[in-house]
Amino acid sequence: MATGNILGSLFGRSPIGPIQEHMKIANQAVQLLPDLLRATAAEDWATAKDLHKEIDSAERAADKLKRSVRRHLPKSLFLPVPRSDLLELVSMQDAVANTAKDIAVIVIGRNMRFPESMQQGVEEFALACTETCNQALLAIQELDELLEVGFSGREVKRVEGMLKELDKMERRTDKLSVSLCAKLFKLESELPPVDVMYYYRVMALLSTVADDAEVVGDRLQLLMAK
Amino acid sequence: MEIIAEYGTVFLILACLFGFFMAWGIGANDVANAMGTSVGSRALTLTQAIFIAMIFEFLGAYLAGGEVTSTIRKGIIDAEVMEGNPELMVYGMLSALLAAGTWLLIASINGWPVSTTHSIVGAIVGFAAVGISVDAIYWGKVGSIAASWVVSPLIAGTISYALFMSVKYFVLDTANPFERAKKIIPVYMWLVGFMISMVTLLKGLKHVGINLDMGMESDFANAALASALIGLLVAAFGALLLQRVQYVPNDQNRFHSVERVFAILMVFTACSMAFAHGSNDVANAVGPLAAVVSTVQSGGMIAAKSAMPWWILIVGAMGIVVGLATYGWRVIATVGRKITELTPSRGFAAELGAAGTVVIASATGLPVSTTHTLVGAVLGVGFARGIGALNTRIIGSIFLSWLITLPAGAGLAIVFFFIFKAVFSF
Repeated sequence: MATGNILGSLFGRSPIGPIQEHMKIANQAVQLLPDLLRATAAEDWATAKDLHKEIDSAERAADKLKRSVRRHLPKSLFLPVPRSDLLELVSMQDAVANTAKDIAVIVIGRNMRFPESMQQGVEEFALACTETCNQALLAIQELDELLEVGFSGREVKRVEGMLKELDKMERRTDKLSVSLCAKLFKLESELPPVDVMYYYRVMALLSTVADDAEVVGDRLQLLMAK
Repeated sequence: MEIIAEYGTVFLILACLFGFFMAWGIGANDVANAMGTSVGSRALTLTQAIFIAMIFEFLGAYLAGGEVTSTIRKGIIDAEVMEGNPELMVYGMLSALLAAGTWLLIASINGWPVSTTHSIVGAIVGFAAVGISVDAIYWGKVGSIAASWVVSPLIAGTISYALFMSVKYFVLDTANPFERAKKIIPVYMWLVGFMISMVTLLKGLKHVGINLDMGMESDFANAALASALIGLLVAAFGALLLQRVQYVPNDQNRFHSVERVFAILMVFTACSMAFAHGSNDVANAVGPLAAVVSTVQSGGMIAAKSAMPWWILIVGAMGIVVGLATYGWRVIATVGRKITELTPSRGFAAELGAAGTVVIASATGLPVSTTHTLVGAVLGVGFARGIGALNTRIIGSIFLSWLITLPAGAGLAIVFFFIFKAVFSF
């Protein structure tokens, strides 16, 4: 009972702000990926290493924030949306940052450079994936507005519109991924097999970034649904 | 009788001292809950909150504090039982004040969330049941007081829920919330003005000596008409203030400017909250004081019928103001710092719901806990999905504080009662 003032301790820390901040940091890691691929394409390994470091530290910052959000969401809190939805949302946001880090690790670890003829396609694909992630961030940044109107009405419709756009962007990355795979398949007999394996691997991970971003959107939609 | 005649002045001085001490405690601690919400949502600065609290706590106590005072004074115990021994009444009320004050002091030092209302009611029931007789207590009245402690947070929660839903529907979830807010908010301001003047007209003006006649048939209709007009004045004044709020684009949160409009409304609801608190909680200090004063002044007749001298309410009101000035402002600042998640559009709904409930309780003479009512109101807004995170454990600690405060207040009062009896009656 020694909790001091009743009214003061009635208010918990709202998870909304920290969750938005978490997605912002996760997205920061993702947005560095096109730069990283560009640096390796130009064989500028110093820049690439710096970018890897930045991605790594963003991923760690996201991890830290994720743990803090979870710590501040005890079961006794009364929230405007289900606690489990919020926790899953944070996990998914964190997956985005993790995937970005995994890509960076492979690219840096193997001094990876896509074949010249694929460069343009890879750049386009990477940008499409990071834009998808950015769209997810924009939707997440509506969370405080959603809270303001009590998760209902026009604001929900507005966010649903953004999520539709997110879906569209994710479908575009799927298409780009298919055509890029086809291109690599034609080239693969001329390339060192292990390199080819990791080209496929990095492309798959880039798709995962877009997929995860879409799942973040899905979680947001579930959270808004009554 | 001789005891009263012999020690009358001593009793009076003691009662004033204890009553003032109790009121000081209320001002130092309790007011913070009433005003903290406004400071936390940054609708008011600390200085503004203190000024509003001082003025409206005083007005609430003076204009609408009479009913609860009379409940504490003569509604809980049957004065007839003590006909032959009026000094028992004096000892009892003195010990009730001292017990409640002591318990509150112990609780504040340890940081326990206890309610002044529960302490004093527990203390009065305690001394009467043990020191006098179990039959001396109007158990029916005590039952309805206890029931009101459960019901008042529920009612406040319901009102706040409805208020916030109406804000959602009429203001926030519209094409242009900012312009909408400016149009709708005067209605809530009207409600504040209507509510306060209604209680004042029905319960307060009698003793100020003003008799209002609007040409309607009943007092109630007279008051309703006058209050509606006063409400219009308040709303018009509020609308003028609203004109000065300009739209400022904010990329982070599109509702930033809307909240600034609600912050103006919250100045009004903060006034109503202070008024409500004054009207209900001052009685905790003043009721027992009034009982002692009327017993002593009538020379030992336990005059249940005699009117209460109104300077007594002023003693209580002054005590609150002094408590606020000496210590309470610090507590307001502390509470305010903890309530930053509450934005004005929710804060007003919580305050108005709580203030409305407390004011109605004051008018019917029920001593309720303003803090617990406000907690109920905030939870009501939470149910409307309006607040980021609420700590539900607090509900448990409220129940716990009831369970502990009632026996603690009662026990201390019994001890003090027998001490007084031993000292003055040998």
